[in-house]
Amino acid sequence: MALLSPADQDKLREAFAEMTAPVKIVFFTQTLGCDTCLQTRQIIDELPALSDRVTIEEVNLVLDADKARAFAVDRVPALAIVGVDAEGVDHDSRIRFVGTPAGYEFISLVQAVLLVGGRESILTPENRAKIAAVADPITIQVYTTPT
Amino acid sequence: MAFASPKITALAVEATEYPDLARKYRVTGVPKSVVNDKVEIMGALPQDLFVEQALSALDPADA
Repeated sequence: MALLSPADQDKLREAFAEMTAPVKIVFFTQTLGCDTCLQTRQIIDELPALSDRVTIEEVNLVLDADKARAFAVDRVPALAIVGVDAEGVDHDSRIRFVGTPAGYEFISLVQAVLLVGGRESILTPENRAKIAAVADPITIQVYTTPT
Repeated sequence: MAFASPKITALAVEATEYPDLARKYRVTGVPKSVVNDKVEIMGALPQDLFVEQALSALDPADA
């Protein structure tokens, strides 16, 4: 059963229609000991049905440990938003979601997919320039709750 | 910000699912952002302020 109402599906379909580049949602999961992995899979499964530019790749944290390490993911469920260029080459956006993307997090997930899929950034040109000049690694964790 | 710089990684963490992380970073309200385990940003700030505070994690004076 679809988690999204037909009205929400229409809205998302419309938003995704403006994407200019494909986006891959890399879904990190594990078979045992993950209470929310199934729910997360159900949520993200809604998206490829709404746009042929959105795909999902599942990575098992235990079986594909090398791949998970390459994305610096050590918890599940987690998502990495990856852009795919015209040559089919992946470009990690370094945008991650840790935990179930429900409630407000789902909105953030959709925004991230749209951004990586070609939508204009909301950053001002001044801030974009400041950020582009960053020379050392920065990790920003944003803690949220579903409500 | 992560999309605008290859040096930046951004994680949205579901606090209720990870009480250990929420405790470690003293998350008592959301949204709360933690930059390089050093700079804490409470609430949702206007873009200019958020960028300024997030980038201040690299200030040597704060090291």
